[in-house]
Amino acid sequence: MSQRPIAAVPRAVLALLALGLAGQIALKASAPPPRAAAEDLPPAPSIATLRLASFGDPVALAKALMLYLQAFDYQSGSKVPYRDLDYGRLEAWLARILELDPLGQYPLLAASRLYGEVPVEAKQRSMLEFIYRQFLLDPNRRWPWLAHATALAKHRLHDLPLALRYAQAIQRHAVADNVPLWAKQMEIFILEDMDELETARLIIGGYIQSGSVKDPAELRFLEERLKQLEARTVRKSSSKQTQ
Amino acid sequence: MPIVVSLARATLLEAVRNRLLWLAVMVVVIAFGLAQFLNQVAITESREIQTALLAAPLRVAAVFIVAVFVITSMVRELSDKVTELLLSLPAPRSAYFFGKFSGYALVATVLALLSALPLVPFANSQGLVLWTVSLICELLLVAAMSLFCVLSFAQVVPAFAAVAGFYLLSRSMAAMQIIASAPLQDPTLTDRVVNAVVDLIALLLPALDGMTQTTWLLGEAPGASVLGSVVGQTALYLALICSAALFDLHRKNF
Repeated sequence: MSQRPIAAVPRAVLALLALGLAGQIALKASAPPPRAAAEDLPPAPSIATLRLASFGDPVALAKALMLYLQAFDYQSGSKVPYRDLDYGRLEAWLARILELDPLGQYPLLAASRLYGEVPVEAKQRSMLEFIYRQFLLDPNRRWPWLAHATALAKHRLHDLPLALRYAQAIQRHAVADNVPLWAKQMEIFILEDMDELETARLIIGGYIQSGSVKDPAELRFLEERLKQLEARTVRKSSSKQTQ
Repeated sequence: MPIVVSLARATLLEAVRNRLLWLAVMVVVIAFGLAQFLNQVAITESREIQTALLAAPLRVAAVFIVAVFVITSMVRELSDKVTELLLSLPAPRSAYFFGKFSGYALVATVLALLSALPLVPFANSQGLVLWTVSLICELLLVAAMSLFCVLSFAQVVPAFAAVAGFYLLSRSMAAMQIIASAPLQDPTLTDRVVNAVVDLIALLLPALDGMTQTTWLLGEAPGASVLGSVVGQTALYLALICSAALFDLHRKNF
């Protein structure tokens, strides 16, 4: 259908259109940009409510919720984002998102890499425990995040018993073929750091004898490690005797 | 001016004869019954649950009814050539537009008042007044947008899709801006372009996300400044949509 020329439009209409457009842009531009402050994070709804709100597509809702959640207390350029968040609420949200999408890794990545690295020890510990609990629900898929939690416990919190508990959990529960040796061996290295050389030596020895290590390079590496540990154990016991 | 009043009356009559008000009453009764049922189930905060589960569905239902009524009524009128007959009368096109819009605005106001009625026993009075005025504003914007879209597309499906998209986008735009403003990595050129587009779209949409909040009914009602900003945004955006619709109507060849 052909249209009439713009000249057919009354000038008052054109003026109102221009004024309305300018007014709308000015009004919205003058408003402060929307921000999600830490205190705005509401309590997580129940899983039943979220399932109802997902209209039968919980995965899509989980993905959108995760993006929304990570915007809370994130200020561009801020050195310590997420510091003021209520971690109880945050955990509840992350747990709900994982319930909606159990195969999704994003909530645990956020827990270990974003929320777990906030320089507040209590908050770090609560996030690491959250990762540990979630790991136990699906160890073969979620072990990378507990491995990261182990590193955080060891290097940031300097809590070797905690790191050992996580490393032991990986070694015991993450039994799939795709779990790499370094992850399963974290327990040994932490025991070494704790000066538990005898225990570490026994674990490596048992590991080699179990026949579960098939790769020749890995086998060589473990045997080398075993020799080093044996040498250190001998040196340690001889120094104790001289004392 | 008489033609504006006549058209408004005819539109209101059409709504009554289409049993639109009966439909609205039925929706209100069903929502009220559902809220009563949930009140029996709830262990605590039963008043809050009743209020929230009444207010939110009633608002969405009112928006849906207004949009569908405006679009189907206008499409039927266009198909029956009634629009051409009316435009052949010795009156400017703007009189036709404002006559139709006034009728739809009256229907929207009646719907908003009906939606507020079942909330009277549960909500605080000041908050309810603010909620009702805000719902009227929201429905006026939806009616104007529906009129604009149906005059442009002249078909039910494209017009309704455009109105639904406009409404959902306006309601969720603040959340989208929040997500866009929290990049965890250094933004690339593509991120910057996408963020700029999001901000640009946000400038052109009304702040519907700040309107008709359920929290106003539950806790302490917000002050007059909120009402002022809601009414101000509505007036400004109505001027924008109505002028855009008039621009389109004046250029249309029937």
